[in-house]
Amino acid sequence: MAVRLHVWGGLACFTRPEMKVERVSYDVMTPSAARGILEAIHWKPAIRWQVDRIHVLNPIRFQSIRRNEVGTKASAANAASAMKRGTTDGLGIAVDDNRQQRAALVLVDVAYVIEAHFTMTDRAGPDDSAAKHIAMFNRRAAQGQCFHRPCLGTREFPAEFALIEDGAALPPSTLDKPDSDLGWMLHDIDFARGNESRFFRAEMKGGVIEVPPFDAAAVVR
Amino acid sequence: MSTPVTQRHEFVLYFDVTNGNPNGDPDAGNMPRLDPETNQGLVSDVALKRKVRNFVALVKEQEPGFEIYMTEGATLNNQHKKAWKALLPEVTKDDDFKRLPKDQQKAQELTRWMCTNFWDIRTFGAVMTTGVNAGQVRGPVQFGFAKSVERILPLEISITRMAATTEKDAEEKGGRTMGRKHIVPYGLYRVHGFVSAPLASHPTKGTGFSESDLELLWQALTQMFDHDRSAARGEMASRKLIVFRHQSALGNAQAQSLFDRVKTWRVHEGSVQEIGSTATDNWPPARKWEDYKVTIDREGAPAGVEILEY
Repeated sequence: MAVRLHVWGGLACFTRPEMKVERVSYDVMTPSAARGILEAIHWKPAIRWQVDRIHVLNPIRFQSIRRNEVGTKASAANAASAMKRGTTDGLGIAVDDNRQQRAALVLVDVAYVIEAHFTMTDRAGPDDSAAKHIAMFNRRAAQGQCFHRPCLGTREFPAEFALIEDGAALPPSTLDKPDSDLGWMLHDIDFARGNESRFFRAEMKGGVIEVPPFDAAAVVR
Repeated sequence: MSTPVTQRHEFVLYFDVTNGNPNGDPDAGNMPRLDPETNQGLVSDVALKRKVRNFVALVKEQEPGFEIYMTEGATLNNQHKKAWKALLPEVTKDDDFKRLPKDQQKAQELTRWMCTNFWDIRTFGAVMTTGVNAGQVRGPVQFGFAKSVERILPLEISITRMAATTEKDAEEKGGRTMGRKHIVPYGLYRVHGFVSAPLASHPTKGTGFSESDLELLWQALTQMFDHDRSAARGEMASRKLIVFRHQSALGNAQAQSLFDRVKTWRVHEGSVQEIGSTATDNWPPARKWEDYKVTIDREGAPAGVEILEY
């Protein structure tokens, strides 16, 4: 039950976990980001998306953007006590006092093809069939429907998407260096095991990155 | 409050700047942001969200349910206190919350409460450290980066102040100091935005972002620059807001096909040309809104998509 989805956008940031204070993007989309895009179009607890291949269609180029960001998160403890008191006094964050200027090295003008399939999980009910979910995904993707707008790493970089029908040709590629070793890259986060990150050795051959299954030996913690 | 939004929306907003700096780049000494490859001007998504928040804080100052979490400068919370007590006296019942059985449910309750009270959390989401599902509230409204439709020309203007800050400065520089301002003589910017209905109305993931909140968002987008005057900004104004309203929550057409229907043209002495066309090569640079034309192709619009203009 494989699907192919063409995604593209003007800017993208697939943040490297080792450089996330001043964000630096990976060279290409990570499997976890690709999964997020698929889930934005169709997902149910009954299915689990598995990215098989990522085709890189555009040259890899970067640009730096520095923004004023907020340095603190909303405190749940403060919110809980305010909720008990029944007032929002003192709940806001004064952004001027919590300002951090952070640069982000983001990708410019990206386009990918995500090849993926899904497996059924143990939360699948009796009326959950693979055929039903694939039909739902294909229908939504073909019509441009989505649960929420998919993004290229972060939400300020919205993704455009189009379904590539069975048997249709891939979009043209302008990639200049189709073979390169991209080093260790985040595969996905293991939410079942305390949000543990898992990595794999990403190699681009002919513009295509083969993504090993999440539980394969090639995927390490 | 009215019902949560159940229809997907996309929007295109055109805004312009005259002799001002729409968004300074901290990396470039507060010069206007530029795409270094094309020299098109940029305005970050967060800069625009800041203005939307400020506008909502301004017009809904006294109303409960419209507080702004990410506040700028002085918080106005004390003024809201009275309104609070009047509207939600039942929230003070501590017992209800003490008896909550599970952590997850408590976290959900908390998230809901925050969404009900804070307009910006309901709209844009927030990261809350609740520990459940990373405690993130994703809001239905999403902005991209705004980009100028043509290249912009940032100018550096030197200015003089007839006073000095310190006595030492006064002695050394004869009581005068010089400063710099960066301006864009004229720039028309275009930004794309998205309203994902399921993130408003989904039973568990939804923030409860309502139809009236949506109306307030459109109002904010069209009027936000009117309340953001400053020495740096010059004259900024929203020029056109085009909204694509889908009939369904998931949408009835591809976003890009809708955005492509909105086109910007250059106008000069009655002649209308595509941007970048060689025919415009010896035209003077655009310096006003009238030098541009925006068209919306309504012909053969996809079924189930309504095109609205504000």
